Amino acid sequence: MNRVVLRFLSIADNVGLARIAVAALAAQTNFSVNDLEEIKVAVSEAVSNAVVHAYPGRRDGWIEVACAVNQEGLTVAVEDWGVGIEDIERAREPAYSRDPERMGLGFVFMESFMHDVQVESTPGQGTRVRMQRLVTWSGELSRDAQ
Amino acid sequence: MTFVHTVQAGRITVAVSGDLDLKTAAPLREALDGLINRYPDRQLVLDLAEVDFVDSSGLGVILGRYRKLSASGRSMALSGVKPPVWMVLELAGVLSIMPVSEYLPRNPVRDGRA
Ligand SMILES: Nc1ncnc2c1ncn2[C@@H]1O[C@H](COP(=O)(O)OP(=O)(O)OP(=O)(O)O)[C@@H](O)[C@H]1O
Ligand SMILES: [Mg+2]
Repeated sequence: MNRVVLRFLSIADNVGLARIAVAALAAQTNFSVNDLEEIKVAVSEAVSNAVVHAYPGRRDGWIEVACAVNQEGLTVAVEDWGVGIEDIERAREPAYSRDPERMGLGFVFMESFMHDVQVESTPGQGTRVRMQRLVTWSGELSRDAQ
Repeated sequence: MTFVHTVQAGRITVAVSGDLDLKTAAPLREALDGLINRYPDRQLVLDLAEVDFVDSSGLGVILGRYRKLSASGRSMALSGVKPPVWMVLELAGVLSIMPVSEYLPRNPVRDGRA
């Protein structure tokens, strides 16, 4: 069992830092190289959302990534204290984005690459996305998000 | 992240190196839009042989350029795609909308794939 908490400002440079740190922690248990790549994408999506959507136009918002790893797998919680999400169900729909320049694929990737994704949010207070990835011996997750 | 472009015959080839994420999406978008406007009737090929990571921010740039080009009857393709990038493109349905070719190692013998 190991736990790591990272706390950083809402700056684009920190997205790469967070996904590499979480992947390095995940590498302490039995994930394959491919699993680690998928975990990196999911973490990148959750942290990018906190940077872009939680604190629009701000570089001074805090983001916290708390992770735990054990023999069974990895849990990651990405939390912000930003604008929050009014309608979580709609936000999670594939191709939904509040920004016409974006594809609305962030939650699609989180859900496809992790075994469980939970979103808690309070408008005006912030958002927490909790994701879990289990070590599986057959490897493949079901890919029904397409 | 760096971009190197070559313009030859009917195509603009842009070799990208680095991660395509939130940090690099804006500079990549500007570089590609600049080239698309400067060479108005050529197709765009993105060479991703030096790219090991793409997420939705990077995909947004790729799909946004694809839309823009196809609206004016131009095409776009991706080459040198490595496995971690391939899986993201596949999940996003990119493989069925534009030609995508995979990365071929420079020295296949040393890589043990003869
Ligand atoms: N941490 C957050 N705070 C506030 N709103 C959020 C947060 N995360 C997601 N959202 C909302 O959920 C929507 C969907 O998120 P998702 O990541 O799926 O797509 P996107 O970020 O809009 O586009 P893409 O991820 O493809 O760049 C966002 O457009 C935004 O409105
Ligand atoms: Mg997103």
